Amino acid sequence: MRLDLLRSERLPNIWCPGCGNGIVLRALLEAIDQLQLDPDNVVLVSGIGCSSRAPAYTAFDNVHSLHGRAIPVATGIKLANPDLTVIVVTGDGDSSAIGGNHLIHAARRDVDITVVVFNNYNYGMTGGQASPLTPTSSITTTTPNGMLDRPFDLVKLAAGAGATYVARSGIYFAKHLVDHLKKAIAHDGFSLVDAVAQCPTYFGRFNRKGSAGQMVTSQKDWMVLKSVAEKKTPEELAGKVIIGEFVNIERHAPVSAAAPKEQA
Amino acid sequence: MSEKMVLMQGNEAVAEGAIAAGVRFYAGYPITPSSEVAETMAKRMPEVGGTFIQMEDEIASIMAIVGASLAGKKVLTATSGPGFSLMQEGLGYACMVEAPIVILDSMRYGPSTGMATKVSQMDLMQTRWGTHGDHWVIVLSPSSVEESYQLTIRAVNLAEKYRNPVIVLSDETISHLREPIDISIPPVLVERRLPTAKADYLPYRTDESLVPTVANVGTGFRTSCTGLVHGESGFQTANGHVAEALVERLRDKLFNNLDDIIQFETDRVEDADVLFMSFGITARGVSEAVETLRSHGRKAGSLRFITLFPFDDDRVRKAAGNARTIVVPELNSGQLVLLVKRVFGDSRKVVPMNKINGDLISPQEILNFLREENL
Repeated sequence: MRLDLLRSERLPNIWCPGCGNGIVLRALLEAIDQLQLDPDNVVLVSGIGCSSRAPAYTAFDNVHSLHGRAIPVATGIKLANPDLTVIVVTGDGDSSAIGGNHLIHAARRDVDITVVVFNNYNYGMTGGQASPLTPTSSITTTTPNGMLDRPFDLVKLAAGAGATYVARSGIYFAKHLVDHLKKAIAHDGFSLVDAVAQCPTYFGRFNRKGSAGQMVTSQKDWMVLKSVAEKKTPEELAGKVIIGEFVNIERHAPVSAAAPKEQA
Repeated sequence: MSEKMVLMQGNEAVAEGAIAAGVRFYAGYPITPSSEVAETMAKRMPEVGGTFIQMEDEIASIMAIVGASLAGKKVLTATSGPGFSLMQEGLGYACMVEAPIVILDSMRYGPSTGMATKVSQMDLMQTRWGTHGDHWVIVLSPSSVEESYQLTIRAVNLAEKYRNPVIVLSDETISHLREPIDISIPPVLVERRLPTAKADYLPYRTDESLVPTVANVGTGFRTSCTGLVHGESGFQTANGHVAEALVERLRDKLFNNLDDIIQFETDRVEDADVLFMSFGITARGVSEAVETLRSHGRKAGSLRFITLFPFDDDRVRKAAGNARTIVVPELNSGQLVLLVKRVFGDSRKVVPMNKINGDLISPQEILNFLREENL
């Protein structure tokens, strides 16, 4: 990996031992590198949370915004300078709870940004509270008796809102993750990658998921490739999370009712 | 009406003033009584090569203009009290990252949804203290359509010059008023200072101006910004000394330039024994009341705040002459009067005059008030 895409002087990072965020960040940098993007034209925008600290470790322009607000900031940057590659680095709570409204509207508008959700199923920075992606029955500090609600399916949420590229991957499947990040970034239109990582400090510990290493390797047991899942019955897929590409369609191409008149 | 004059609504004047000042990005959300700004910008932005976007709420609106500002555009959003409440977190963020932005807040009656089509001046303190934490904003107050145009230009220029949010605090009546205005004189435009050398670039390093030269994103400077306390590098720190220096600088970059920022309009203050202090639409009723009082031999005067914040006690004291009685008419339960009382303590008789029924204060009401209060 190209170390010049990192700000080494900012390391070590703030993440706990065993955190999955670094692996998602590495995959993102690999994807940017493999796409041979000019680093001067890449802007990373984040909200608040563990994952939202990632852009500040990179050598790109980086905007650490407010909780949930990375997407409207990214929208403003992209519209102001459409030549830039604008990538939102966000977490499950940041993107789907406090920022959920911005997420669906950016997808609806099909604004040409990429949203990378570092999904560890809980709020890590504040001590392991439940997020809208926390699975039902899971223990968190705000669901001590188990999560009652159903989680969002982030893939379906983004697809339903009009995203033109949607994929999910997990950090165990490192190459799969890089490949789908590449396709998302290269996609012309709104793209989202649900990148499943682990939080061993809180979610893993509270739910007896084992060590960080066990949490990573277990992804191969509960994640199923989309191509494989298509041959399985609903019963066989119970409790599984499907990874792969779910939406990849042409960008929404609006036609203006009346082309604006150019005038000074 | 001369050929140079055009009939314009207050909200249109804000939009056209912004365009004249170089604004090329507008994001907003509909709300009475500011919606005509968005409607004007939706039509006008494509005509001048700019961008208009209607966002999903006011939170997104202010964050979108912050993003566009960070990418180098001059930007505007417009709202009213309920939407301005939602914008408060973004306002604080813009203060912290020093993003030049301009917000029009057209005041309507509150609290909450209040009376959407009725005028008030109830947001005065919200402009200053609406967002959390010590922070400083510039607040300008137009009292006519012409001034809505001119002060919006000035707001854009001050935002760029000091890299700070500027609020144009208008109200329902001025927003919807139609008056002839002269827009024929091209404005003087101010551009934000930008860094020149990439070597040793630090986004928040400042010279004696205390205004940083933050690079626009996408210009190769690999710049960083955060709402966290940060040093010159733009990266987070929990160092209390850095925090103190940052917050002091955010204050001083404005307070070292009060002569440039603060404007009053005074009328016959010198010999006044009763002085009115007001802002916005209320100052127009005051103006006529002063004329009438003078025609009856009463030595009345007026001080109208064009710049509301920063509010400098010394400048107000010096501008206020020697009037023993200061009357502060305003369309709220007493907000400006708190500042005036702070300035004068017990040295003058400071009398609040408040109206909170959604109507304006008429000149006759001011005359009646003086009589009833034996002022």
